[in-house]
Amino acid sequence: MAVTTLGRSGHRLRLMNRLKPGDWLFTALVSAAAMVVLVVIGGLFYELTSGAWPSIREFGPSFAWDTTWSPSQGVFGAGSFIVGTAITSVFALVFATAIAVFVALFLVEIAPRAVARPVSYLVELLAAIPSVVYGLWGVFVLGAFIRDQLGPAITRAFGWAPFLDGTPLPTGLLNACLILTVMILPTVMAVSRDVIAAVPRSQREGVLALGATRWEMIRLAVLPYARSGIMGAAILGLARAVGETLAVTLVIGNRVGIPDSIFDPAYTMASVIANQFTEVESDLHRAALIEVALVLLVMTVLINVVARLLVWRVTKGQRAVVLE
Amino acid sequence: MTGSLFERSETLYRRRRAANRLMTGVMVLAVVVALVPLFFILFYLVTKGIGGLTLDLLTQDPNRPGRPGGGVRNAIAGSAIMVGLATAIGTPIAIGCGVFLAEYGQNRLGTVIRFLVDVMAGIPSITVGLFVYGLVVLPQKGFTAFAGALALAIILIPIVARITEEMVLLVPRSLREAAYALGAPRWRTVLRVVLPTATPGIVTGVILALSRIAGEAAPLLFTSLGNQFFSTDVFQAMDALPLRIFVYAVGPYDYWHEQAWAMSLLLVGAILVVSLIVRALFGTRVTVRQ
Amino acid sequence: MRNTGILPTEQDAARERHPAAAGQAPEPDSQAQRAALRVENLSAWYGRKLAVADVSLDIAANSVTALIGPSGCGKSTLIRTFNRMHEFAPHARVEGRVLLEGVNVYDPGIDPARVRQRIGMVFQKPNPFPTLSIAENVAAGLRFLGVRSRAEIGDRVETALKLAALWDEVRNDLKKPGIALSGGQQQRLCIARAIAVEPEIILMDEPCSALDPVATLKIEDLMRGLAERYTIVIVTHNMQQAARVSDATAFMLMGEDGAGHLIEYRPTQELFTRPQDRRTEDYITGRFG
Repeated sequence: MAVTTLGRSGHRLRLMNRLKPGDWLFTALVSAAAMVVLVVIGGLFYELTSGAWPSIREFGPSFAWDTTWSPSQGVFGAGSFIVGTAITSVFALVFATAIAVFVALFLVEIAPRAVARPVSYLVELLAAIPSVVYGLWGVFVLGAFIRDQLGPAITRAFGWAPFLDGTPLPTGLLNACLILTVMILPTVMAVSRDVIAAVPRSQREGVLALGATRWEMIRLAVLPYARSGIMGAAILGLARAVGETLAVTLVIGNRVGIPDSIFDPAYTMASVIANQFTEVESDLHRAALIEVALVLLVMTVLINVVARLLVWRVTKGQRAVVLE
Repeated sequence: MTGSLFERSETLYRRRRAANRLMTGVMVLAVVVALVPLFFILFYLVTKGIGGLTLDLLTQDPNRPGRPGGGVRNAIAGSAIMVGLATAIGTPIAIGCGVFLAEYGQNRLGTVIRFLVDVMAGIPSITVGLFVYGLVVLPQKGFTAFAGALALAIILIPIVARITEEMVLLVPRSLREAAYALGAPRWRTVLRVVLPTATPGIVTGVILALSRIAGEAAPLLFTSLGNQFFSTDVFQAMDALPLRIFVYAVGPYDYWHEQAWAMSLLLVGAILVVSLIVRALFGTRVTVRQ
Repeated sequence: MRNTGILPTEQDAARERHPAAAGQAPEPDSQAQRAALRVENLSAWYGRKLAVADVSLDIAANSVTALIGPSGCGKSTLIRTFNRMHEFAPHARVEGRVLLEGVNVYDPGIDPARVRQRIGMVFQKPNPFPTLSIAENVAAGLRFLGVRSRAEIGDRVETALKLAALWDEVRNDLKKPGIALSGGQQQRLCIARAIAVEPEIILMDEPCSALDPVATLKIEDLMRGLAERYTIVIVTHNMQQAARVSDATAFMLMGEDGAGHLIEYRPTQELFTRPQDRRTEDYITGRFG
């Protein structure tokens, strides 16, 4: 099988040098290694689907919107977790992208190299901090700040608005939203930066030669050209936010139900798995948690596919090595 | 046509220039906003963690819960063992996969595999943990360090595979052709000429992948579980630094919190030192993202 | 408010009308016309590398001036210093003066955006904006100038496209994307885009190098026509092109220091028939280059 997949390079190879046993073995080995990826992804879907099967059979599609999650009664619906995940990750997506795009523009369009490189490095350092450390910081530092300063300020200014009222608790939705924003910022920034840097110089010059200011150049030549790539960057960030586990588990407060306020404790899909899986009360409870994981997996894979296609379209595959 | 366009644009010009200044200001502000959290995280890591960073922390095992003192030797050893094992399992597969993509990947199958590798890199680590739980923990009827290492290896593979591909593709054609001209078969050319040339880059990738999986706790929650006691048996439950940070962060004791900060400082410090060294040695093309 | 823009003060204008009276060097005999642009002792660097060394020349208004020379002689760099596009390159630096109506465009307080509004540019490769339609491409610069009314934009787009000799070909396709046009049409679209903002000077950096001979001839015709309203400076490595379209020609050559030097600058016909410098003669007779 491996030999038939050689394609053009294989053809060249055969012309030069009939396939020797060593080459055959080598090709087979690296092909097998590549197949591991297929097997893992296939296995992941299979394993989670079969593990979730009792729950899928029991609750059907309503699992996705039912908000009852009661291990004692054996009734499970992931609705409130999906809502929790949606709120926190969309919040992070919006704020992180807004900040990240301006940072990326600064790095590519404004800053001299001597400034751009260290700033770029520092922002990317945010990505090197482990999730659990963000969680620790969120619990003990950001939580206190929300309870004592940020929360009261928000309720004073916007308390009349729905969802912005209530008692500022240290852990809850807002804490998770802010932590996630910081966590995905470096991803969105780095990819946006690469996408913006890939805008051809001729485009920038074309606008500048018309007498545009730098900002007008950005608006007219850079952003339209990079738009779909920046969207891809944002969606890559979204995928990270959706799958983020430990930091969120530590700071979101872990409560089943639809939150009424930005300060309420809540659950995300990832955090309910992290919190409950080792203490399941029944096989159905376990299956329901695995089904949550399956929903999470499908969502992140879909989001990732969309994001990669968008980024790829702009940079045409020419990108620096990026580790996600 | 009415007058000179240039002259009638005078007031507009001032507005445009003001907009330009304003937006430049917004960009600088965004940089500040992005760096403030980094500053505060590092600041609190150092101020809250430095006190707990004692010799005991590194050399003692945890006391019974509630009894201050003790250390996290078991977690440090566990992290080292599982990260090492994960590297041993994952790196050969990842390098093989990367070589496949670089050498045989310029066709449709290669495109599909490359895409799947990228997809794999985006899979939430908690679901990887559940996968290995079903694959290994359930059949073996026990949480093991081996299962934890396997989960970490699955996270490491896509990272190292893509870096290997890029690095192999960077090897100049001429080098390869020189080997072919000497009559070397392809496998010898790749093993003796291409891979050695690409090694510094691949090593960078592996090191950065290590510092990434060293910080992961989510895939270990249901695989290696964590362990109060010192253990080097890979078929027993095993502790890891991020797991212990997680446990101590939500725990009720102040000395746990202090130790959690100290462990975090240790972990982040190690990751930053490694990343700085790698950066100094191999340049900036490669970065690590947790 | 003081005049920090590049709009000339009355004093400047007076000096420009009577350069000798204002203490400026008299113009050379061959350049009896008004100088649209005066370049004085201009040097340009990329980092430490000197690319253009100490060039001085006057560019006559309403004429076509060609910069010729072998590749690497700094002619493109020189033309890019005229409207401050040079500083867009990393580590780029300029010394000397470029006077537009007596005002040095490099004076502190002068906004390069303003300079470029008055000195437009057309590039080697056509670079229409891919996300914009043909009409929007031409109108792109108008919004910086406060042209808001649809009718006026339409008028100006039409005028610019007519001046660029493109109107007849695209009048029914104004909403189509600019990149759908052929290479030669794209370049004329870029010329239309440049003239829509009513610059005084249009710089063209090898505008035909990416085009086929037919499209090249069209652009050359266009340049001759445009010279009635605008001052045109063109960089070309093609001597025949310079001979065909230009009134004056500057010949540049890379010196032993690796930087571009101005060797000879004269009315085109004189330069090609009676070059004063041996190196010019060698170049135009094809002995090197």
